[in-house]
Amino acid sequence: MTEIKNVGILGAGKVGIVLAQLALKAGYHVRISGSGSVEKIAMTIETLVPGATPATNQGVVSKSDLIILAIPLSRYKNIKSKLLKGKLVIDAMNYWWETDGIREEVLDPSSTSSEQVQKYFNKSTIVKTFNHMGYHNLQEEAKPAGAENRKALFVTGDNKEAVDEVAEFVDTMGFDTVVHYDIADGIMTEPGSELFGASLTKADLQNVIDHFDETDFGKKIKAEEKG
Amino acid sequence: MSMVDVDKLQFGLETFGDIVSAEDGELLTAGQSIRQIVKEGQLADKLGVDVFGVGEHHRPDYSVSSPEIVLGSIASVTEHIKLATAVTVLSSDDPVRVYERFATLEGLSEGRAQVMLGRGSFTESFPLFGYDLTDYDDLFNEKLEMYSQLIKEKPITWHGKFTQSLKDQDVYPKTDYNGIETYIGIGGSPESIIRTAKYGYKVILAIIGGQADRFVPYLNLYKKAAEKYNMPLQPVAVHSHGFIADDEDEAVEVAWKNIKANFDRIGLTRGWAPMSREQFDGETKVGSFYVGNPEHVAQRMARTINLMNLGRFDLVYGAGNQTAAQRERMIELYGTKVIPRVKEILSEEG
Repeated sequence: MTEIKNVGILGAGKVGIVLAQLALKAGYHVRISGSGSVEKIAMTIETLVPGATPATNQGVVSKSDLIILAIPLSRYKNIKSKLLKGKLVIDAMNYWWETDGIREEVLDPSSTSSEQVQKYFNKSTIVKTFNHMGYHNLQEEAKPAGAENRKALFVTGDNKEAVDEVAEFVDTMGFDTVVHYDIADGIMTEPGSELFGASLTKADLQNVIDHFDETDFGKKIKAEEKG
Repeated sequence: MSMVDVDKLQFGLETFGDIVSAEDGELLTAGQSIRQIVKEGQLADKLGVDVFGVGEHHRPDYSVSSPEIVLGSIASVTEHIKLATAVTVLSSDDPVRVYERFATLEGLSEGRAQVMLGRGSFTESFPLFGYDLTDYDDLFNEKLEMYSQLIKEKPITWHGKFTQSLKDQDVYPKTDYNGIETYIGIGGSPESIIRTAKYGYKVILAIIGGQADRFVPYLNLYKKAAEKYNMPLQPVAVHSHGFIADDEDEAVEVAWKNIKANFDRIGLTRGWAPMSREQFDGETKVGSFYVGNPEHVAQRMARTINLMNLGRFDLVYGAGNQTAAQRERMIELYGTKVIPRVKEILSEEG
């Protein structure tokens, strides 16, 4: 894989903006797009993330080594699958009924959201992370490696090399990581889980992940699988 | 050095109408909780608090779904305090009705009515009034435009998509004063800030988690947008949760128990994890919970006001199920100790 120098963020909402700020601080070139025209987000980006470049989706993707999807989950199919062809892509999305509407209309109930994102972007490599910590915690908890009480993010995907590369990227963004190599495990950090909205250290995050099946949410997911 | 104009600085109290607890821990009824709010509004007025805000919710944890009725009752027993909603969920409301209710409150209170328009942080009102939450942005945009026409208090012609169409229709009652003062409640969406500046409405930032510092760039965005659209730059307000007691430890423990219960109950329906003590302590030390004895709360409020050069600070009280005594004592301490002390700190710095 190529070294990551250029980070592209699709989505200029709260999460997209915070990730752009962190990436810029970590020394990456950052391009970011919103749902409307470039002009529509220009003032916002210039003010909130000075140094990042507002662009179209096309402009973001073509120049970036790593893409972050930070849009409402219900809109991922608005991005053409082939646009992200051959790219390493972080899925920072979750199903969130308030913005996404009825789950059955957005997702196939038989699999997790990131499995479906991977299936849709079938020529891209999807890794799920940045999805389970609140956006202001992401902003405030980012710390250099080795810092006391540094918080951790869960990173998972089917492609081991890609997951490890993203884990390194997450580290440069200010967080420890707990890593799995199964995209379906993204469910462990989705809304309703013990980890959604929580900010934990690596040891605490590892502990909850290791005992996922024993959590109320884990039991519920297991029952549904058997269901 | 403080740039804040202390003489013009406003202080508000807001409540979401949480169900009040009796001394023995039993919950009071919604009716009893509503009457308690009226009493508290009266107390806040006597103590010279500038604004009293009441939220709109449609859930069992809160007693108020029709804030203007509660404010109308407070209007009749108060003299100076401004009466605000915190917030009016415009997206699921009818702009004509919103105008009518506030014009009525404006008359009742002799010009003290104030609207805060926004979504609030809840969603129940959408299905309840027959709206689809996924239309949220379009609903708000259209209704804000319609509301902006209505408050001119002249006949309106309007072609609605989500709203009724009107032809040269007038709305009543007319107001006697300077029209209805309007704020837009904003939770951190850059688009909302720009939209508010474009309309020339006042901004109230709901800072309900994390450090106020992260909102400073948003103020620059508001300034730039106001310049771009050639609109006046209005003083910015902030709204955050708090609890004050005479004793620091008592304040922290009461707030921990109640704010946690409140946030966890909401989290349960929205899929986020329960609040940890670490999170809570972070919020009370450097974040957006203003909790402690009067000196501690005053110091933290003064810091935020100074940092953001605010024109107004509203403290949200009563989260969880506090007793009437805890709520009233907090209001007394806010009015008699915290407000004067914040002014004093800011004057010293100036």
